[in-house]
Amino acid sequence: MLCPSLAALSLQSSTPEALRVVNLLQERNLLPPGPIPAPTPCLPQDLQKINCNPEVFRSTLTSIPQTQSLLNKAKLPLGLLLHPFKDLSQLPVVTSSTIVRCRSCRTYINPFVSFLDQRRWKCNLCYRVNDVPEEFMYNPVSRSYGEPHKRPEVQNATIEFIAPSEYMLRPPQPAVYLFVLDVSHNAVETGYLNMVCQSLLDNINALPGDSRTKIGFITFDSTIHFYNLQEGLSQPQMLIVSDIEDIFLPTPDSLLVNLSECKELVQDLLKSLPNLFEKTMETQSALGPALQAAFKLLSPTGGRMSVFQTQLPNLGVGALKSREDPNQRASAKDIQHLSPATDFYKKLALDCSGQQVAVDLFLLSAQYCDLASLGCISRYSAGSVYYYPSYHHAHNPAQVERFQKDLKRYLTRKIGFEAVMRIRCTKGLSIHTFHGNFFVRSTDLLSLPNVNPDAGFAVQMSIEENLLDMQVVSFQAALLYTSSKGERRIRVHTMCLPVVNSLSDIFAGADVQAITGLLASMAVDRSVSASLSDARDAMTNAAIDSLASYRQSVLTIQQPGLLAPACLRLFPLYILALLKQKAFRTGTSTRLDDRVFAMCQLKYQPLAYLMLMIHPALYRVDDLTDEGALNINERTIPQPRVQQLSVEKLSREGAFLMDAGMVIYLWVGRNCNPNFLTQVLGVPNYTAVPQNLYLLPELDTAESQRTRAFIGWLRDQRPFFPTLHVIRDESQLKANFMQNMIEDRTESALSYYEFLLHLQQQISK
Amino acid sequence: MAFTFAAFCYMLALLLTAALIFFAIWHIIAFDELKTDYKNPIDQCNTLNPTVEKVKKIKRVKIALKLVLPEYLIHFFFCVMFFCAAEWLTLSLNIPLLAYHVWRYMSRPVMSGPGLYDPTTIMNADILAYCQKEGWCKLAFYLLSFFYYLYGYEKPFVSSSFPLLSCLGISINII
Repeated sequence: MLCPSLAALSLQSSTPEALRVVNLLQERNLLPPGPIPAPTPCLPQDLQKINCNPEVFRSTLTSIPQTQSLLNKAKLPLGLLLHPFKDLSQLPVVTSSTIVRCRSCRTYINPFVSFLDQRRWKCNLCYRVNDVPEEFMYNPVSRSYGEPHKRPEVQNATIEFIAPSEYMLRPPQPAVYLFVLDVSHNAVETGYLNMVCQSLLDNINALPGDSRTKIGFITFDSTIHFYNLQEGLSQPQMLIVSDIEDIFLPTPDSLLVNLSECKELVQDLLKSLPNLFEKTMETQSALGPALQAAFKLLSPTGGRMSVFQTQLPNLGVGALKSREDPNQRASAKDIQHLSPATDFYKKLALDCSGQQVAVDLFLLSAQYCDLASLGCISRYSAGSVYYYPSYHHAHNPAQVERFQKDLKRYLTRKIGFEAVMRIRCTKGLSIHTFHGNFFVRSTDLLSLPNVNPDAGFAVQMSIEENLLDMQVVSFQAALLYTSSKGERRIRVHTMCLPVVNSLSDIFAGADVQAITGLLASMAVDRSVSASLSDARDAMTNAAIDSLASYRQSVLTIQQPGLLAPACLRLFPLYILALLKQKAFRTGTSTRLDDRVFAMCQLKYQPLAYLMLMIHPALYRVDDLTDEGALNINERTIPQPRVQQLSVEKLSREGAFLMDAGMVIYLWVGRNCNPNFLTQVLGVPNYTAVPQNLYLLPELDTAESQRTRAFIGWLRDQRPFFPTLHVIRDESQLKANFMQNMIEDRTESALSYYEFLLHLQQQISK
Repeated sequence: MAFTFAAFCYMLALLLTAALIFFAIWHIIAFDELKTDYKNPIDQCNTLNPTVEKVKKIKRVKIALKLVLPEYLIHFFFCVMFFCAAEWLTLSLNIPLLAYHVWRYMSRPVMSGPGLYDPTTIMNADILAYCQKEGWCKLAFYLLSFFYYLYGYEKPFVSSSFPLLSCLGISINII
């Protein structure tokens, strides 16, 4: 039984929780005590039970409007946020000789199709009636015949198929890894080379692949160096190409070698590489020619290129100039130079994409590196960007730890090669804009030379035809990839959502976190194509328009104040958080590379980590108790309450932990509980707290165990490694900590209450 | 015989407008194919992989941008010719299009070679829709200007008695 229209319910005394009217100006404690769950679509129980996991597939509106005009009235964006290759604990895998698909729209059979009788099924995306093939009638799991609806493909919304040969354009490629390393004087100074070589040596057996895995190395400064690792050589041979205007490969093969056959040579090379360049005095960096050489090397097979760069490339094709003006960092007006200076990297990325090569960029520089231009190489080739500003092996140990842990994850995580993804929706809906790192090859086909489990994508949709006579609509994302073991697989996720035709139902089904995530991606696009102030205005208008629409069309009784439905009560807070985010803030000094990296992350991160970046979680940790604690793997993990991000909530007598996604701050108050200082930090008093503490000592006290369990639990939930910083009053990082206090007023931005007043003023105009 | 420079201009413009119409039609077809690719008929590819076909179509857009500059240059050439021939009315009708071309070229995305379309953003529905509308509008404009030049081509001959070329002009004048 479908849940009755909520509009009818509003006439009765009990409104559903999602539509409860909240006056934002009066209610101050809006944050729930723990993490915010995704809203449940209003579907019948049996459909909702098999619906896709919201961590994988999420919509901004869990109740889809029936017509485009209704959607326009609601003034909320309609889109989907996907995390298709997420590491899943349970994934049904089906090996079947026939993969059942709709004949006209090519949708995979999914739990939301309808069976007309035992022999025919109706596609839920195009409504065509198809025949059930004979092989499908037999269910191998229950060994029964004649019940096609019990097969795993029809029982699971997320499923993986092993693809037969029709799904291959060429024989599945082996895993091919190429490392392109900057070895200029600056690079050697930072000491990153030691870390990379050590990491590779430690993880060389854990690189995903099989017996065909290939590996290669290129180093560069003002010339390009290749390494001949042919089996049979006593030691690796370095070949230098100094003609960077016209790059060529010095030998036709043995620059990319089979890992299992030449493992000793590879290990020798990794051990000797840092010493080879120890005394180098080269200051120039020919990144462009190095990338071209690497592309030449990888283009026959495809694969993954990992590029490590520590300075602005200044030699050869693709050389960049320093565009940042340090005086403009705190500009209150527009920020310049957010778009690429040259299209060399974009064109190279497209060439790479065509040959199934993905480029991952690791930027470890202290100076301006024009990430806006360099980032293009990863953005269009489905790679990822990692940024470690001011990396130095001695001066910045926290970054070193983060780099080490990130490298380990990067080298050992699951990977898919030569992938394409297609997102289909029910007839009437269409996708018009895509956000994420990939190349849009055709109207809904995304080319992903590499797919990794940490990438998120978003799409925006529009309603082309009115969805009349439909109770539900479905969305399917299908990812066809080659696994690292050379198997061609298809991962299919299907989601089903109800269709509604009243504004109050649309508001009741709004997913405020998904809306914020999609708005962030849209704002990044707008900042680059138009201007930053345009993007900021657009975000504020999103809040104003939606709340104004709610007030006019859904509220039956007009009350004073700023009214919002309970499901959208956090919307103004999140918009304010976005406006104060590093990517979009004005008036506060922000380095251009930091800003561009924040923008890259806003488009790349999956929603769960994105929300932590936008609105960090603040906890009080000096009084952790076991009350309400979780018990995971026989460890008791305390669950402190999430606090509002305001200095009002901070107290000199306490210690507070702020989880901001990529970094965790532990702020210690001046008059902090001495118990905490001694039992957790291991120091006798406040003045003895070390300045750059980034590791909690492992003391044998209950408080220390609780604190470390809590921090460990936070860290386990995400694939990257957040650094921990213990902050005192005089610490340099205190400014970063305070900048995350979103609800407070600063010289260049409004406080939360003032922002609400501003919204109210605009709405009542 | 009044074979003036103006008449010569109009004749040349007529021929070149035919070329411009061809460019506009190519433009429309290229974008239409890019757009309708996803509405696959049953007999087109039955796998998820893009076939060589589709890759060619994106390349066709890249070729289209090689046609963009010739189109702009040809149109600029007209305007210069009409300016030299002191055909002010025709020139004033073409100036807005010239200004539009200049604006369009100035606000193109950053790229090293000449060109207008960025393969990474071309598939965005709003940009695609804009390019299609642009194609249709240009086709309409070039068709109208084709007939205008055809008529204008006859004007210098109305006063002369060159029968073959002026028959069209006279018939228009009489009827």
